[in-house]
Amino acid sequence: MSELLTPSQTVGPYFSMRLPWPEGPYVVPAGTPGAVTIYGRLYDGAGAAIPDGLIETWQASPDGRFAHPDDPRGPVPDGDLGFRGFGRAPTGHDGTYKIVTLKPGPLPTGDGATEAPHLDVSVFARGMLDRSVTRIYFPDEEAANAVDPVLESVPQRRRATLIAVPAGDNLLRFDIRMQGEDETVFFDL
Amino acid sequence: MTVSEQGLIVPGSGKFDLLEYLKPRPGNHPPLDSPGYKSTGLRHPKQPLVLLPQRLTEVTGPLLGDELITMQDADLTTQHAGEPQGQRIIVFGQVRDSGGRPVPDTLVEIWQTNAAGRYRHSREHHPAPLDPNFDGVGRAITDQGGRYRFITIQPGSYPWGNHHNAWRPAHIHFSLFGRAFTQRLVTQMYFPGDPLLPYDPIYNSVTDDKAKLRMVSEFSMDDTQPEWALGYRFDIVLRGRRQSVFEEAHP
Repeated sequence: MSELLTPSQTVGPYFSMRLPWPEGPYVVPAGTPGAVTIYGRLYDGAGAAIPDGLIETWQASPDGRFAHPDDPRGPVPDGDLGFRGFGRAPTGHDGTYKIVTLKPGPLPTGDGATEAPHLDVSVFARGMLDRSVTRIYFPDEEAANAVDPVLESVPQRRRATLIAVPAGDNLLRFDIRMQGEDETVFFDL
Repeated sequence: MTVSEQGLIVPGSGKFDLLEYLKPRPGNHPPLDSPGYKSTGLRHPKQPLVLLPQRLTEVTGPLLGDELITMQDADLTTQHAGEPQGQRIIVFGQVRDSGGRPVPDTLVEIWQTNAAGRYRHSREHHPAPLDPNFDGVGRAITDQGGRYRFITIQPGSYPWGNHHNAWRPAHIHFSLFGRAFTQRLVTQMYFPGDPLLPYDPIYNSVTDDKAKLRMVSEFSMDDTQPEWALGYRFDIVLRGRRQSVFEEAHP
């Protein structure tokens, strides 16, 4: 018998009093060799930027490892111990956010398949009573993306909403649209 | 390390089992589209959600430890030279999962108004006074029993533009990580007997009446400290795991 959960409530308009911290967007320090900046804009159903949103990301290391006791593959190599894997960035007045990180490695599913490199993303904002969950995939991973079991489960015409767009050297763009023609794919976790 | 059919190098790609976190019961969490709370209208997904199987990224999560707490800020009443105005309260409780397991070493972040119902935030224009001795932000890490404890000030109610004469019941915002991405939770703690609760579309967005009560703290005379502060218990329940075969056989 399991207990009822504490329900989710909106993060509200004033989370920026507490939640953002200066190094939040920097999963790795700026200037780290191989670092990639992922930026984008959060849009509401009217196409307006959401200026009071919060984007959080969680991902594996470049070697595809998690320094976490519930990763059944055992302890991570020393080099991965310092990799935080977590990013947190508020959206600005124009709805943009940015995360600086390293591209994660691919991940085994445990039953023979392989997940393409990805970041899990939580979107919070005033007007959202619970987070919305999505994923960021990488445009230079065509072969891996083509056999990713999660992308395969998404209707073909909507898959592109989950793949970041090249925007320059070590720069990727990933917009998040809550509604509309190109509504981002959100997940039931 | 092995190489997959697609030529990808995948560490540990053999067969393994992962934990599985149970789905919330219907009605436990609020619907993302909740017309009483107007801002949900343009900010909820309209397309059906796609099922995300729980794999490595979902059953792990950031284990943010003491490194982020540069100073002890679980006491919101001692962050300035003087003492803040208002009723001093102790807010404490246990973070556990729905199977009753305490969640130790997890970050708990809170933010709230001051006693007059005013947030310290540049976009806040409610004409109530700021308190130079109160920021309204705190952070704590749960202990081995999943317990946390803040000392703060009873927050106030404040008007918001959702509808005519709309007032938020007094509340404290809580943000929790748990142990896995699946367990991430942002919620609000309310106070028992608040007359505004029946009128609040955010509180009432939760349709299950028993689940709703999970957000209301409990006054505790036992934890009220003589001559000093009132005690409020607020236990927080995160998603639990499916029990393993072994656990089911040995409850």
